[in-house]
Amino acid sequence: MSLAIASSLPQSPGKRVLPGFALSMGISLLFISLVLLLPITGLIVQTAGMTWQEYWFVVSDPRVVASYKVTLWAALIASLFNGVVGLLLAWVLVRYEFPGKRIVDALMDLPFALPTAVAGITLSALFAQNGWYGSMLAELGIQVAYTPVGIIVAMSFTSLPFVVRTVQPVLEDLAPEDEEAGITMGGTDWTVFRRIIFPSLWPGLLTGIALSFTRSLGEFGAIIFIAGNMPYISEVTSLMIFVRLQEYDYAGASAIASVVLMASLVLLFLINIWQAHYLRRIHGR
Amino acid sequence: MKLVKHAKSVALALAIGLSSSHSFAADQTLLNSSYDIARELFASYNEHFASVWKEKTGKTVEVRQSHGGSSRQAQAIIEGLRADVVTYNQVTDVDILHTRGKLIPADWRDQLPNASSPYYSTMAYLVRKGNPKGVSNWDDLARDDVSSVFPNPKTSGNGRYTYLAAYGYAQKAFEGDEAKADEFVKTFLSRVAVFDTGGRGATTTFVERGIGDVLITFESEVNNIIAEFPDHGFEVVVPKVSFLAEFPVAVVERHATRNGNLELAKAYLDELYSEDAQRLLAGFNYRVHNEVVQAEFADQFPAVELLTIEEIAGSWDDAMSIHFANGAKLDQLQRR
Repeated sequence: MSLAIASSLPQSPGKRVLPGFALSMGISLLFISLVLLLPITGLIVQTAGMTWQEYWFVVSDPRVVASYKVTLWAALIASLFNGVVGLLLAWVLVRYEFPGKRIVDALMDLPFALPTAVAGITLSALFAQNGWYGSMLAELGIQVAYTPVGIIVAMSFTSLPFVVRTVQPVLEDLAPEDEEAGITMGGTDWTVFRRIIFPSLWPGLLTGIALSFTRSLGEFGAIIFIAGNMPYISEVTSLMIFVRLQEYDYAGASAIASVVLMASLVLLFLINIWQAHYLRRIHGR
Repeated sequence: MKLVKHAKSVALALAIGLSSSHSFAADQTLLNSSYDIARELFASYNEHFASVWKEKTGKTVEVRQSHGGSSRQAQAIIEGLRADVVTYNQVTDVDILHTRGKLIPADWRDQLPNASSPYYSTMAYLVRKGNPKGVSNWDDLARDDVSSVFPNPKTSGNGRYTYLAAYGYAQKAFEGDEAKADEFVKTFLSRVAVFDTGGRGATTTFVERGIGDVLITFESEVNNIIAEFPDHGFEVVVPKVSFLAEFPVAVVERHATRNGNLELAKAYLDELYSEDAQRLLAGFNYRVHNEVVQAEFADQFPAVELLTIEEIAGSWDDAMSIHFANGAKLDQLQRR
């Protein structure tokens, strides 16, 4: 309706097709400020009461540093695992027809819908030594629940949909002509995948992996039930923040949170910059 | 900032309002902010109190309950939740209402008998059927063939009590030799299989996941778990020495006055000390002070030497700064 009116109006240069640009931009900015920037400002205000020495003391505490390492490694492995499995799932969901496809597609979002604490309890029940998976793995001498491996399992479960949902639309948009051209020119399946499909998928896949990684850095609910939370071995950074909050040490909690936030922001920025470069290169713009 | 606080308290009040089961029009309503595992206890006590109050004043009263980790509960009150009374499982969480919010007087511990703790408990062990590892006291928990489960002292009052109980035992066993006591507690901590963030989590780990030989928690909880899972054949072991775990209560005077509930709130807490209420509390496996009730329940509560926080660390403030603060003793003993 509004579109029809807008297009019927005489267009002066610089005027946009859709009306209400000022209003929608205003709402967007207000929303970003209130919902995204204000909490971050609050975080900075909380830490502002600390001197640099105090800040450094909190964020470089050996136990907290150990938790950074555990969290980073686990998030890295979990997101790479999700990159492989998520790509496969997206591929199957886009390229093949099979009975129950819609159900599988809907199930993909389950980790987002499920409260993370429920996910944690369920996973620890499955992977504990007396659980369905855990008892089988125990025979192989592998222990998952209450070890750092459990953290990886929890992280990859809660963040898998990020990869699937970012790769899926890209795969759907991939023109079959490109592949056909590749095949007619004598390319093997592997060459076609490597030279034609993958370069188009790669930016989306990387975004998915990065989102999965940053989501894992902050995951709490699912992890604490399966990690075992042993100091220096299986404590994640979000638990360290939780501990500070329990001690009414809001500044300390905010300080540690600011480290996680900074790591996530830097990573997301780098990925964005790299992506812009990459897209310019493959589209020749 | 004020707006944020207000919105928070409204949201909390809504959440509580929705969760209260019966919303008949009572003459008076009272909000009790309590700890996580006290739901059944206070559901039962509130019924008792309502009938006592009705008899005394002719008015009906509806007591609304809010339950959660008691540190989180105290934070909510500081942030504006207008609870009339608090019934917690940690002295420090009531203290914070004075130090952070000036909502209660500094001498709140002197306002009611027994340091404002109408009932108490102690840390006891839940062991597997037949007590296969023969665990009877704290020194058994430092053996390398015994693994224990209790919540993280950093995130749970329950865990802090367990740590203090073990430390108090070590102080006595090594006659005050601090280095030896530290060494013992360090070994004890290294035998822990899983550190959950809260008491219920630790119970799940021990009962459902089958981890550990011993679960350490409140004696009251140990008995509840045995009753809840009769098939497992769990047994209770009360160590010879343990920690006096107080369950402090206080009227949040500032809020109760504003809500026009001061008298009602005081009566609500006073009634906890009556013989009937003490019997009710003992029925929930808590130890009580009333001698008549004590005699009735003597079989259920084996004799145990209870160490107070004053004996172990001087005071709660000292305990927090010596043991639990960042980089303090607990952190040092867990360092590797």
